[in-house]
Amino acid sequence: MAVLQFREALKHAIDEEMARDERVFVMGEEVAEYNGAYKVTEGLLDKYGYRRVIDTPISELGFAGLGVGAAMNGLRPIVEFMTFNFAVLAADQIINHATKVKYMTGGQADCPIVFRGPNASAGQLGATHSVAYDSMYAQFPGLKVIYVSEPNDAKGLMKSAIRDENPVLFMESEQMYGLKGEVSDEVDFIIPIGKGKIKREGSDVTLVAHGKMYHLAVQAANELAKDGIECEIIDPRTVKPLDLELILQSVKKTNRCIVIDEAHPFAGFAAEIGFLIQREAFDYLDAPVLRVCLPDVNAPFSKPLFDAWLPSPKQIINAVKQVSY
Amino acid sequence: MVKKATSDIRFAPTGMESPEKGGVQKGVDLPVATRKKHKSLGLTAQQLKDMYHQMYLQRRFEERAMQQYQKGKFGGFLHLYIGQEAISTGTVFAFNNDDDIITAYRDHGWGLCRGISANEGMAELFGKATGCSGGKGGSMHFANVKKHFWGGYGIVGGHIPIASGLAFANKYNANGRISACFFGDGAVDQGALHETMNLAQLWKLPTVFVVENNGYSMGTAAKRHTVAEIVDRAKGYGMKSAVINGMDVFSVYEKMKEIADDVREHSEPWFVEIRTYRYRGHSMSDPQKYRTKEELEEYQNIDPIERLKTYLDAEKVCKEAEISSIEEGIEDEVLAAVTFADESPFPDQSELYTDMFVEDNPYFHV
Repeated sequence: MAVLQFREALKHAIDEEMARDERVFVMGEEVAEYNGAYKVTEGLLDKYGYRRVIDTPISELGFAGLGVGAAMNGLRPIVEFMTFNFAVLAADQIINHATKVKYMTGGQADCPIVFRGPNASAGQLGATHSVAYDSMYAQFPGLKVIYVSEPNDAKGLMKSAIRDENPVLFMESEQMYGLKGEVSDEVDFIIPIGKGKIKREGSDVTLVAHGKMYHLAVQAANELAKDGIECEIIDPRTVKPLDLELILQSVKKTNRCIVIDEAHPFAGFAAEIGFLIQREAFDYLDAPVLRVCLPDVNAPFSKPLFDAWLPSPKQIINAVKQVSY
Repeated sequence: MVKKATSDIRFAPTGMESPEKGGVQKGVDLPVATRKKHKSLGLTAQQLKDMYHQMYLQRRFEERAMQQYQKGKFGGFLHLYIGQEAISTGTVFAFNNDDDIITAYRDHGWGLCRGISANEGMAELFGKATGCSGGKGGSMHFANVKKHFWGGYGIVGGHIPIASGLAFANKYNANGRISACFFGDGAVDQGALHETMNLAQLWKLPTVFVVENNGYSMGTAAKRHTVAEIVDRAKGYGMKSAVINGMDVFSVYEKMKEIADDVREHSEPWFVEIRTYRYRGHSMSDPQKYRTKEELEEYQNIDPIERLKTYLDAEKVCKEAEISSIEEGIEDEVLAAVTFADESPFPDQSELYTDMFVEDNPYFHV
């Protein structure tokens, strides 16, 4: 095990896959000469050159679509968005083309592409830079959506994403890039897409949390432990395909569940998990499934408003106490 | 800004022939056709006959498709290419067989030209399992990827960056192939085109952007939906450009061959405006009130298929009987395709869940 920053874990994964497969290339804003807006691609230009590490203009629609075409024609692009908030400009290519070309041609063309970058908010960046898109994209058939929380998961799942034969969205967080964690140094370390993980065992309540929200769940669980409440934390890691079985096993044990989700409430990840638990584990529930997520409001700039907007450990603790009667 | 009465404000181009109303605007002005004969273009008599065969096939296929649509044999959209056949035919004959072609939803002609049989095409329209896309694409999504026809795409301008991605991969692999993207004049107003032209020129991608300017973006004349001359868009990107008469297959062939050679040699993109005319409406539900019958007749009088037929006769490339035999053969082929499509099975219900992912047992959320 080596201790790596999140960004280093991602870079190692990309580097290893580029070394392994010449069809893999990286494209995006500031990925080459600038070494990556968040330094995920640092050093890759020097190692692989201008053919495989490519700076793009600020043209999300254009370069995302170009990636789709390159993937259809035999390459394996890793397209970096500086944030998924900017990928909205490329949504036609992700939603209408990458995910549909195989189906509408009756299987004639594949699209093995990774779209990656930070997701959701990163402090006081205002309304347009703060949206979590994993729930929205998970709505569309044909996409795999990953939103990881720790460096080890980042590495293992990034390698899986690059090797996947289908379009994959890989989401990170500006606020997690500097986060350190132990990363497997196993040769060819892979975590399969669609497998969640029990990251903390507990018997009183299940917390389902992925991405940046996982870390809030950990803080809340540590606080609750002082009061003798033991939370079990499930990190699904992959939003879609969803490891529902892992969540259900935990809920059947704890009989209570809180979903912590960085999306807005309507029809998001939390809503879906809540629905699935009532369908599959109704008789096991001792309390309603609750969620802690963003309000149905845009991200404000002002610090006190922003703090009130973003989910907090305190909200999680309150939710746990609400179901722990 | 001079103050005006609000009744004088209009959000429409001015200084046109009928400024009072959106109304009828002439579609396109055609550049002169090439004067070269087939031999100086390097075309053999057999190639000419093949060209005629291909254009006539596209025409009759779509005329029969239209009948079947009107009979209620299939639903969805049906965008006909009739009138524009010289473009697909001239281009495919000018390009290498492994050059990559992609187009928008007016795609039947392109598919036929790149090896989709009348049977597979008609069956696709009918939504049958034997269709070129297994019945999952329909009229707008013909594709024959093995023959480097990457398909028809339904979002105006959406396939333009994809075409440059095909070219990117070709350059990445140094395989000598070029790509070409065909789209209508309506797509020149999409941001996707502009982003992609910049990328293609910046990275010197071996690709050709081709506007099939048929004069109308659905029901809006080119002069009413876009400023200046379409071909001049190239100037802003420092891109090589050309205007071609799309009602003449020789003109398309000559210039597209020259362009393909140039793109292959220098790995630099071109922006090409091919002026043409579609005889039918935008789709089957179009009442066509935006143009006059006289304008339509003007173009039908210079029909590209008739033009080639006249040439074959005048230059004694082949006997009239030979032309008749080509036409009769196609007539039979297309009628047989209708029967084939009609009698083919619909896709099995299990096909609903295939072709979504590459793996055998993919995850579907329920």
